[in-house]
Amino acid sequence: MLFFILRRLGTMVLTMVCLTLVVFFLVNLEPNLKKLAISQTEMHTSAEQLEQWLVNHGYRQNFFVRYGQWLGIVKKQPIINPETGKAEQRFSFCNDPVEPVYSGVLEGDFGCSTKFKTTAAKRLFPALGATGILMFWVLVVMIPISLLIGILAGMREGSRTDRVLSVASIATTATPEYVSGVIFTVIFASWLGWLNGSAASTSQGITFYNFTLPVMTLAIYGIGYIARMTRASMVEVMTQQYIRTARLKGLSFSAVVIKHALRNALIAPFTVIMLQFPWLLTGVVIVEVMFRYQGFGYILVEAAGNNDIDLLLGCSLASVFIVLITQLISDVGYAYLNPRIRVQ
Amino acid sequence: MVSEFVGPLGVVIGVLVRFWPVWIALAVVLALSFTYKKRLGLYGQLFDSYVGIAGVVICLFWLFTAIFASTIAPFNPLEQIVVMKDVLPGAIEPASHKVFLFGGDKLARDVFSRMVYGSQIVLIIAPAATGFALMVGITLGLPAGYYGGKIDTVLSFLANLVLAFPVILLFYLLVTPGIMDTPIPYGMAGLFFIFPIIFFCVLFWTRYKNRPDRLYILLGLTILIGGWVYVGLVFDKDPLKIVHIDPNQLNIFVAVVFASSPGVFRIVRGLTMDIKTRDYVAAAQTRGETPWYIMLWEILPNARGPLIVDTCLRIGYTTILLGTLGYFGLGLAPESPDWGTAIKDASRLLRQTIHPALPPTIALMSFVLGLNLLADSLREQSLKD
Repeated sequence: MLFFILRRLGTMVLTMVCLTLVVFFLVNLEPNLKKLAISQTEMHTSAEQLEQWLVNHGYRQNFFVRYGQWLGIVKKQPIINPETGKAEQRFSFCNDPVEPVYSGVLEGDFGCSTKFKTTAAKRLFPALGATGILMFWVLVVMIPISLLIGILAGMREGSRTDRVLSVASIATTATPEYVSGVIFTVIFASWLGWLNGSAASTSQGITFYNFTLPVMTLAIYGIGYIARMTRASMVEVMTQQYIRTARLKGLSFSAVVIKHALRNALIAPFTVIMLQFPWLLTGVVIVEVMFRYQGFGYILVEAAGNNDIDLLLGCSLASVFIVLITQLISDVGYAYLNPRIRVQ
Repeated sequence: MVSEFVGPLGVVIGVLVRFWPVWIALAVVLALSFTYKKRLGLYGQLFDSYVGIAGVVICLFWLFTAIFASTIAPFNPLEQIVVMKDVLPGAIEPASHKVFLFGGDKLARDVFSRMVYGSQIVLIIAPAATGFALMVGITLGLPAGYYGGKIDTVLSFLANLVLAFPVILLFYLLVTPGIMDTPIPYGMAGLFFIFPIIFFCVLFWTRYKNRPDRLYILLGLTILIGGWVYVGLVFDKDPLKIVHIDPNQLNIFVAVVFASSPGVFRIVRGLTMDIKTRDYVAAAQTRGETPWYIMLWEILPNARGPLIVDTCLRIGYTTILLGTLGYFGLGLAPESPDWGTAIKDASRLLRQTIHPALPPTIALMSFVLGLNLLADSLREQSLKD
């Protein structure tokens, strides 16, 4: 088991290195660098000046050297001004080394955000925290509802309840966040006026009024999927021999469901919930943009739209890390919850 | 200002009337399907449940809407009629006396016509991209599942790599305007679009290699048609000027194929690993069939059930992805009538006007719902057998 986890962690590190390399390559494509240089310099800059800006700010060094510097396995060299002979700061808002040091992600330095004019870490971690709060409430809403729907539907396969709930969960999986968000805003904010159609005021404090719509929108897409998986798992469990035995012993239907079926039926949904995280991340981006919530998705869109290299790399690292760690938890947890599966 | 309106009933009737070609086509197809239900195999069985009928009807509805879009839509989707800016549903356009059934948007375009034309974009790109993803996934998934070992390790690692990317980040990196100046989209298109040609060549070669009379005709046709489409799509140098795709549409297409082929790969790989332990595969191996013959003519036909279900779901998912691209304004032209772009435009102004937001959202939702219902009912049917 320990060996399995270690091997998985090894694969995880390799995946993260490969992915960040790909992202690093894509954000450093020539047109993207040009765009960055244009947005960071004054208007009407000549092509030579743009090139000079890129050279001065270290964007013209060797690709792998720069990747190594970002990662923290190659020393960052100070940028020496040829006229004064002193080390110079690239950006006024974040510190560059005065002498060669290892200062990359491995050392905890995420670089400079050119869009927000601060260090990337200062933007990234508060945003992750804000998204964490959103995610927490989404899970609090999503898990009980979806499990309840799944269990009620799967308890008696083919019944009227089952058919109604199944169609309802299919309908929610057909509703992406940008659709349900619009529909909910129209109903609850424009027509009824119960809720706020913008979550921008959450920075002053999270209330039911301004936070319900984002949470609801994000939860609804996942509910259908998890409910369907729970239903499938429940249906399978209900046909098992031990359920029939329990029924024949004379136990009531509710006792059979709660004591015998539930425990076994909830193993599969656990995996599914964990594997929902990559989807939730995409949903978070849509919902945060739609409701103007300043979290991870918001800064990801801002970083990508302005080709803010270091911040975008930080965002991809964070999201890939979340995806991979939840996959690992799901695999390990599955083996732990289901003693019949032994990890080789 | 517009002073004349038709009432809510007028709008409903107007919409129903505008869709007349769709109703006729639907009636014909449904009548034929019910008459010959017994002989239509899996498709006929769909008509045994209400869920299946609903799925078929919704999907066909949008299919026919896309086909007859120019007849159904009263206005050009890009035409701006200044007086009709933000008008409410049912307003009558003074010049032509035609009705803006779902009102006008902020650029004074007819919301109804845009929704109808939007279906064309979705119904061309989503199934085509899914088709290519299917080809890529099958061509790589079969050997990965059949041989296992190193091939499997490498391909699975690559698939997991793509799957670990949040889709939205992938799109932001791959569908930026700047990337069209680099050879990356064309390189990826060149890579992905070669898979169908390889697939069909291997398919025919393994089957007919002892019957040259058929083999050469089929191979020749595959290379001719495949090569023609390939040259047209990747290099935009079709000698007959029929096959053509805009560079930004190609970019979207490639990004969507790239995002969804690892999913197909995983499913095909899993199915192959399961099916290769069956007796008929062992029998084929004993007969001395080549591995690729076994993969394509023994394993693949027996994996079709789950694959068809997955394809239905995947077209729906691709539609959602296209909507996401439109919603973030990536790739598609800003005036494009596709549903995602329309939702983006309308959702920014929800505080002032609601009506431009609802038609594209409901259209997208209903189409994906139709595909999901279809998939669900197909799954039920395949479980029955």
